[in-house]
Amino acid sequence: MKKTSSVPVHTKTSVMSTAVVQHIAKLANIPITSAEEKKLADGFTTTLGVVDQLKKLDTSTVEPTHQVTGLQNVLRDDGIDRDRMFTQEQALANALHTHNGYIVVEQILDQE
Amino acid sequence: MGTLNTLTLTDAIRKLHNNEITLDALYADVNSAVSSKNSALNIYLAQDKYAEKSAEKGTLSLLRGVPIAVKDNFLTVGLPTTASSKVLDGFMPPYESTVTSKLKKAGGVIFGKTNMDAWAHGSSTETSDYGPTKNPRNPEHLPGGSSGGSAAAVAADMCIAAIGSETAGSIRQPSAWCGVVGLKPTYGRVSRAGVVAMGSSLDCPGPITKTVEDAAILLNVIAGQDKYDATTSPVQVPDFTKMLKTGVKGVRVGIAYIDHEKLVGTPAAKAVEQAAEVLQSLGAIVDRVPLSQTLKDNTILTPDYAIGVYTVVQRGEVSSNLARYDGIRYGHDRTHFGDEAKRRIMLGTFTLSKGYADKYYVKAQQVRSLYIQNFRQLFSRYDVLISPTSPGYALKLGASKDNPMFGELEDMLEEPSSITGLPGINVPCGHDKKTNLYLGLNIVSAQWNEGLVLRAGYAFEQNTYWNSWLKKDK
Amino acid sequence: MAEPTQKHTRRTPIIGMEVHVELKTASKMFCGCANDPFHAPAPNTYTCPVCLGMPGGLPVANKKAVEWTIKLGLALGCKVALFSKFDRKHYFYPDLAKGYQISQYDQPLCENGVVHTELGDVRIHRVHLEEDTGKLQHTTIDGKRVSLIDFNRSGVPLVEIVTEPDIHSAEHAKAYAKQIHEIVRTLEISDADMEKGSMRLEANISLADDPNVLPNYKVEVKNINSFRFLEHAITFEIARQDALLNDKKIPAQETRGWNEEKRTTIVQRSKENAEDYRYFPDPDLPPMTFDAKYVEKLRAELPMLPEEKIKKLEDLGIKPEFAQLLSSSEFPLSTLETLFTAAKGKGFEPNQVASVIINRKLDIRQVKTEHVLEILANTYTKDEVDPKELESAVSAVLEEQPKAVADYKAGKTQVIGFLIGMVSKKLGKKVSPKLLSSILVRMFSSKY
Repeated sequence: MKKTSSVPVHTKTSVMSTAVVQHIAKLANIPITSAEEKKLADGFTTTLGVVDQLKKLDTSTVEPTHQVTGLQNVLRDDGIDRDRMFTQEQALANALHTHNGYIVVEQILDQE
Repeated sequence: MGTLNTLTLTDAIRKLHNNEITLDALYADVNSAVSSKNSALNIYLAQDKYAEKSAEKGTLSLLRGVPIAVKDNFLTVGLPTTASSKVLDGFMPPYESTVTSKLKKAGGVIFGKTNMDAWAHGSSTETSDYGPTKNPRNPEHLPGGSSGGSAAAVAADMCIAAIGSETAGSIRQPSAWCGVVGLKPTYGRVSRAGVVAMGSSLDCPGPITKTVEDAAILLNVIAGQDKYDATTSPVQVPDFTKMLKTGVKGVRVGIAYIDHEKLVGTPAAKAVEQAAEVLQSLGAIVDRVPLSQTLKDNTILTPDYAIGVYTVVQRGEVSSNLARYDGIRYGHDRTHFGDEAKRRIMLGTFTLSKGYADKYYVKAQQVRSLYIQNFRQLFSRYDVLISPTSPGYALKLGASKDNPMFGELEDMLEEPSSITGLPGINVPCGHDKKTNLYLGLNIVSAQWNEGLVLRAGYAFEQNTYWNSWLKKDK
Repeated sequence: MAEPTQKHTRRTPIIGMEVHVELKTASKMFCGCANDPFHAPAPNTYTCPVCLGMPGGLPVANKKAVEWTIKLGLALGCKVALFSKFDRKHYFYPDLAKGYQISQYDQPLCENGVVHTELGDVRIHRVHLEEDTGKLQHTTIDGKRVSLIDFNRSGVPLVEIVTEPDIHSAEHAKAYAKQIHEIVRTLEISDADMEKGSMRLEANISLADDPNVLPNYKVEVKNINSFRFLEHAITFEIARQDALLNDKKIPAQETRGWNEEKRTTIVQRSKENAEDYRYFPDPDLPPMTFDAKYVEKLRAELPMLPEEKIKKLEDLGIKPEFAQLLSSSEFPLSTLETLFTAAKGKGFEPNQVASVIINRKLDIRQVKTEHVLEILANTYTKDEVDPKELESAVSAVLEEQPKAVADYKAGKTQVIGFLIGMVSKKLGKKVSPKLLSSILVRMFSSKY
């Protein structure tokens, strides 16, 4: 798969630096000001301190639970559900910019 | 001015059915309560001007046209839906949530949309982008959250019944603080379709009502498998009002968590001990479940770890669920997120990111499995577990400010049952005459066992004097 | 960018491919919207809460899409997972409604297959199911450069077939892609129309000094919408990378797009600010489990695949090159067998039938058997001819056509066709061209 950049990995205690906060903000597409960085970093450090308690529990032989219902193979038959489909008007009603039935955004360039 | 707004759902339905009261009179009283109190309490974000007109169409249905308050994270056609976030300011949903369409089909009327913590992130309703809601029992105090507006609407008699949603505590904790009944059904019992998603593996819509019987009536309406939510279960939905009054004789009750350091000697712990005595006097078999720091048979795993599990799982899911809000198809762009949403999105992004997912996300889901194992074992020994819903009475306005873990600590007693998808109910179990604030009893049972939770809640409620609506009747 | 001219490299191209195929189910992957983006009456008319990423929209997986993906996996010789699930893959882009794509991360529906091509086997790493994005179109409105989004395609089921890096030339890549196209068409699970984008090709290309050691970089080339462009793009990339490596530079790990007009690959801006997709199991979609019985049921429903068909055709005596061409789904085996039998009754060989179909580009799903037999008769029928009569006719023609004879002697051997025609005309009969040709050649060498 793709080789990718990743968050610089810390060891031991979870202390979050402003550099990591910046990186996460970018990844999460959340605009933050430099004034917020420090406060966020401190808040995350506090929160991760609580989360770090989990280390006390041995889970080496435990499977993770991703869903609690135990349901499997919940699939629908292939068919068109017109009741649920929007008209073009409904689909566009809440969009900020539209043009001839399209939703409009500032140009995204694929190529540099 | 009458007091029909103080009717319970059960009584309102009965009286409408018997033509003892008219919809006109009912709506007049509810409207008058809203106009006299809403500006001070800040409960409704939007109201349906044509509610009474819709009510007339429902007069022959189960719910007889009664006004129901709905948390603002349920999509409602014709009423703006914001989840109390400026990101969705002015959003007019093009479709209806499954829960509200079921309510409407049953003759209920979506009377208005209630304030909440923005995106349901919180336990105070202070993080709403539309200002905090105040606790109708004592406006200097918080209503709790995130379904604070719905709990407050019920407490203030500004509706007949309400709908909230819980991810961990968001129905039960505000119900406790507002002195009302709140039922969190089993995850998968009620459809999440059309509900602004928070923690997808945890979210659960449920009723917030004046009495336990009211909750059973609403659960009957909203429960059931939904083709638009693959996580709803095909497990049969019984008539929850049927078994309600059969009592707790022989029911095995375990008292949980009151030996936790945060609870020892508190009014909340005492109230639960007293509640246990009440249940015992009604024929229940009551026993204490010792708290344990590790997974051990016949002990209950400390809720402390559930805080960590919940924090990681919920924030991870939040970071994903809120990725769709880019202001392109609807709503406003990502600069409009409030501080709490930003914090949760970013922390969730972090715990799912490369190099950290195993350490945080996978670890949390493994500990989640431990809680499931723990409850499975305990429910072979007990029918229900009881504990305080909240460690204490409603806190004062402003208490949640600048505390990134406020909700998690506040909701720690619900978190174990939330991360495991269990049903639980809050019923009032204590009252401070000086502050007029309430304590809540949290009754939890095994998956799909809402019937038993309701039965125990009903027995307790009918045999104590904590419920302010039933008290008036006596 | 100047086009590198060097065509050959001593290095070994290491190529892996990712092929995306849109499934032609009636409805979309996770919602009941019509799956027909190419024929939608207008943009944004086939949307709903789910594929438009509305708040509260929840996905429910399309059973047929899952089955078709498993069938494709089986056709590619893959192992079907007993347990599989959908995961969320996060990145931000305006055509991605939810801010994440529902895909499959570590437990795809199918794994470990192999596709045989005439240029060598290509191992299949995995086959997984995901959803397509909306479609972006770039334009200018009122002097402002904007992108238009149509979500009709958002949520269309998309299968991704990923190979191991087993491909070592542009031709090999093309053969593989064609094979995939043929299999998908045979299964009738996709239009696999590359122009419309219902089949999309991507190649991961690098060059290795030592073919046993994978290079430490990889260039992904996207935007390839024909087999020909695939060949061009890979040829170009091999030359470009080779030139860089000769200069002791390591090609950048990046995504490039093929531009056929300029005949170059061009760096594409990354869709994400950082490639960290934060995969996790989609909590809205319960996992899937399959047992052997179910998988065998699907296997039994598979139509005959090209490889098997080639074998069958060869068993019927068809030459390998014909069998390869007739393996396409345009030529149903049952129709071919009917034609072979009918032709045999009239004394024609299956290879003659095959030759006629291929050379005349006959659409045998349309053309009647009688018509094919007629063509065969016109092409191959030989009337009984007395050898003496034949020889005298040949002699006569050679005498009548001194120029043709002279041309033949001057090396223009193609005049033999003309002479064959003249002999047939003189005889007023159909004679085997092969036979006539051999007589002509013999007479040239003996008499003239």
